[in-house]
Amino acid sequence: MPPRTNHLGLARNEYKGRPSTLCPGCGHDSISNQLISMAYELGLEQHKIIKLSGIGCSSKTPAYFLGGSHGFNALHGRMPSVATGALLANKDLTCIAVSGDGDTGSIGMGQFKHVIRRNVPFVYIIENNGVYGLTKGQFSATADEGQFLKYYGTNHMPPIDLALEAVIAGCTFVARSFSGDAKQVQALLQAAVRHPGASVLDIISPCVTFNNAETSTKSYPYGKDHEIPLHEIQILAPDYVEPKDEISVGDYEAGDIIDVEMHDGSFIRLKKLDNDHDPRNRRMAMDVLERSMREQIFSTGLLYYEEPRPTLADTEDLVDTPLAFLDDAELRPPKQALEGVMQSLMVG
Amino acid sequence: MAINAQTQPKLDTREPVINDFAFSVATKNGSGSQTSNNVLVKALFQMGIPVNGKNLFPSNIKGLPTWYTIRASKDGYTARKALTEIVVAYNNSTATEDVANLPPGGVCITTDKIAKVIRRREDISYYEIPVAKLMRQTEIPSAFRKLVENMTYVGAVAQLFEIPLDLIYEVLLANFKGREKPALMNHDVVKLAYDWTADNLVKTDPYRFERMDGAEGKIMMTGNDAGALGAVFGGVNVVAWYPITPSTSFVDGLIGFRGLRQNEGGENTIAIVQAEDELAAAGIVVGAGWAGGRSLTSTSGPGISLMAEFAGLAYFAEIPAVFWNITRMGPSTGLPTRTSQGDLLFTHFLGHGDSRQICLLPGNLKEAFEFGWKSFDISESLQSPVFVVSDLDLGMNNWLSDPFDYPDQPMTRGKVLDATALQEFIDEHGKWGRYMDVDGDGIAYRTLPGTDHRFAAYFTRGTGHDEFAVYSERSDDWVENMTRLRLKMDTAREMLPQPIIDDSSNADIGIITFGTNEDAIREARDWLANDGIKTHYLRVLALPLASAVTEFIDAHKSIFVVENNFDGQLTQLIRLEHPENISHVRSLALGDGLPMTPDWIYDSLKEQEG
Repeated sequence: MPPRTNHLGLARNEYKGRPSTLCPGCGHDSISNQLISMAYELGLEQHKIIKLSGIGCSSKTPAYFLGGSHGFNALHGRMPSVATGALLANKDLTCIAVSGDGDTGSIGMGQFKHVIRRNVPFVYIIENNGVYGLTKGQFSATADEGQFLKYYGTNHMPPIDLALEAVIAGCTFVARSFSGDAKQVQALLQAAVRHPGASVLDIISPCVTFNNAETSTKSYPYGKDHEIPLHEIQILAPDYVEPKDEISVGDYEAGDIIDVEMHDGSFIRLKKLDNDHDPRNRRMAMDVLERSMREQIFSTGLLYYEEPRPTLADTEDLVDTPLAFLDDAELRPPKQALEGVMQSLMVG
Repeated sequence: MAINAQTQPKLDTREPVINDFAFSVATKNGSGSQTSNNVLVKALFQMGIPVNGKNLFPSNIKGLPTWYTIRASKDGYTARKALTEIVVAYNNSTATEDVANLPPGGVCITTDKIAKVIRRREDISYYEIPVAKLMRQTEIPSAFRKLVENMTYVGAVAQLFEIPLDLIYEVLLANFKGREKPALMNHDVVKLAYDWTADNLVKTDPYRFERMDGAEGKIMMTGNDAGALGAVFGGVNVVAWYPITPSTSFVDGLIGFRGLRQNEGGENTIAIVQAEDELAAAGIVVGAGWAGGRSLTSTSGPGISLMAEFAGLAYFAEIPAVFWNITRMGPSTGLPTRTSQGDLLFTHFLGHGDSRQICLLPGNLKEAFEFGWKSFDISESLQSPVFVVSDLDLGMNNWLSDPFDYPDQPMTRGKVLDATALQEFIDEHGKWGRYMDVDGDGIAYRTLPGTDHRFAAYFTRGTGHDEFAVYSERSDDWVENMTRLRLKMDTAREMLPQPIIDDSSNADIGIITFGTNEDAIREARDWLANDGIKTHYLRVLALPLASAVTEFIDAHKSIFVVENNFDGQLTQLIRLEHPENISHVRSLALGDGLPMTPDWIYDSLKEQEG
């Protein structure tokens, strides 16, 4: 039987990258898998995508998905600036960026905040495991206060909540998820890639080698036992037709469903679970995040959403053609233009 | 009146000195003197006199002493001179020192108030302007009075040394972009002082200006504006920067000339982003260069320090991007508003590991413009970052130049494969790899993101890689790649702008330099020639050094390397690249924070040559 294909006639295999060199069982590999599925399910054209990353275990992963897309494994903490430049040079590209908690929360905090401030339209995934893997097990800035690690003892610093930082910075799409929750990660990725603005996904992604003890809030056992999704998430494409016998709708009281309309006409359908969170409310998003941090509640899902601000290319009022593909006549003014400037600077 | 009673005016019997003397204007920073000084320089320029204005200013917004030197030279010498014959002493805290620095027979123009505190000399002329009294006669609202007060010395200078008032008004109008109200407000003060000087002072010095045609057809501009204009004609389309003296006005220039590249709807073909720091600015231009943009950042030494890691990445991953380093005096924060050529070695070797950056070294406005556009062609052709190393003196001061030539070469985007070309490449070579050197010049073929071909994608990385850009820690892959990069630099050597050489006089002595020292050297060489000492001259325009430099060194008995940094960095580079037979190479390195003078070169060379 031939493999199932998407509307481009491509099989899921064709969205894969090179084999992963991460530790077997690493949470990051599950996220790479979800990225492959997302691009396959949505039928994205790989040549229109770029994959960027900083430095660290997480940042190796762009080599492991979407082999048909240009990738750039840049500098530690500096991927946001590279994304800014690449998307200014070619605003038609879709950018998927992968970072880690060290890459974003420590060395890259400045660039993280500023890329959001500029509203560079890209998907910014933080594969957050609370620990530095490649340098063998130091605490990161997202590690819990009081946590114990084999070589470095007890962490005495409070954690930085990167989702909260994103909301404060003015990000218009902020989500948290768990790499063990494939369905939710998939739904959030499908929504984020449609969002014409910076979207931040803080995905807790356990490090099986250095930080997977049950006592760690970034471990598999902890995540599996403690994850509390805020909603059930479903992405409805712009051409989505509501089935007559939509069971899930029937299961919910009116008002228990939030349909968040996205810029391209698609909807994020959120079915309320045991809470009142409305991601369109910024105050609520910050409250949820602060409470989650204080009381160590592992809330996941779409935390905050708002209609995107103008992107950087809009703010810069750029021409339609991507700058990288302007022709020579658009790049070099005519001789008379230079003569005019020279004339204005001359005697008399 | 009391002022005149202080001196016994006697008519000057010396020969008149016309269009060949220098001014120093001493004021307090932030007092509005920049406009006054620009007006003087531009008025002299409009009189057709070869002129150069150099701003020697402090790192301060308001209050610290600042000097502006203006040199007029009928013979076209526009280097800063060690001595100025005339001082406008408008800063009470430096006035005594300013007067002490004058040569015998010099001139001091000052205010009546400051005149009271100056330690006076008998061998110079004094002109005292009653600034406060004059200002009281104006109708100018008190809020503006302080800002235009300095126009009183413009008026006095115009009267004493014969600059036509109507010219001053024209220049003022241009300075205020055609707005009459501020131009008139300033001009009223100029005229008041001009008339008062005529009525109350007797000229006791031999200096005056006269119209000539030494500036006809010339333009006046700063090097930062020239470089920015060049970039606009070179197709720059992504600019990222962070404010830092003395490079900020480079980006101001880009913003000013951006309109030359807007489409009919007023949309931009140049994105200009003020980044959060220089590190991010470097990341933005590297990201843009990778995606096919013509990207540029402009900064100075401290910014270059922050850009080091990205510079190394771009060198190793082979990504084009243009970096302007408008050098100021280091190390550290150093003298942030003083000029220097002290970043030569740092910029050339920027990045950890075995990296070497291509540098272009403009020495005048024309080269600033030319390298402004050419740097992109070089960067894309070599798939490498290009550093244009200018300095504060060229960048921020007004220079005289012939008009710029329109680019004489079409734009070249280097070895970029679109989908069709990629297929042809694969048909010819069986496969394509990002770092495959099929031409033997060290330069491989790249594809841009967005290229619709199933084999177009590759993975850019700063880690070790093979010729397919795949991660590799193999020693043979590493060495092969580094060998190719070295070959690429050797290709660059002869492809880059070649040195300017004057070896026409059968001399034994050769002078080597780079950048903005040329005017001072030209004048010093003329003085030396008058003493019977003939010299040849070579100015380096690019790094890595061309083989012509070696040939020049070998062809002379005695070589002096003249540069404006403390350690003699070009000399060190020559020793590194050309270690044999260089006992005759001597370093004349200055590095005092000021533009070089012919006096210093002449004295130093004579002393060393014995």
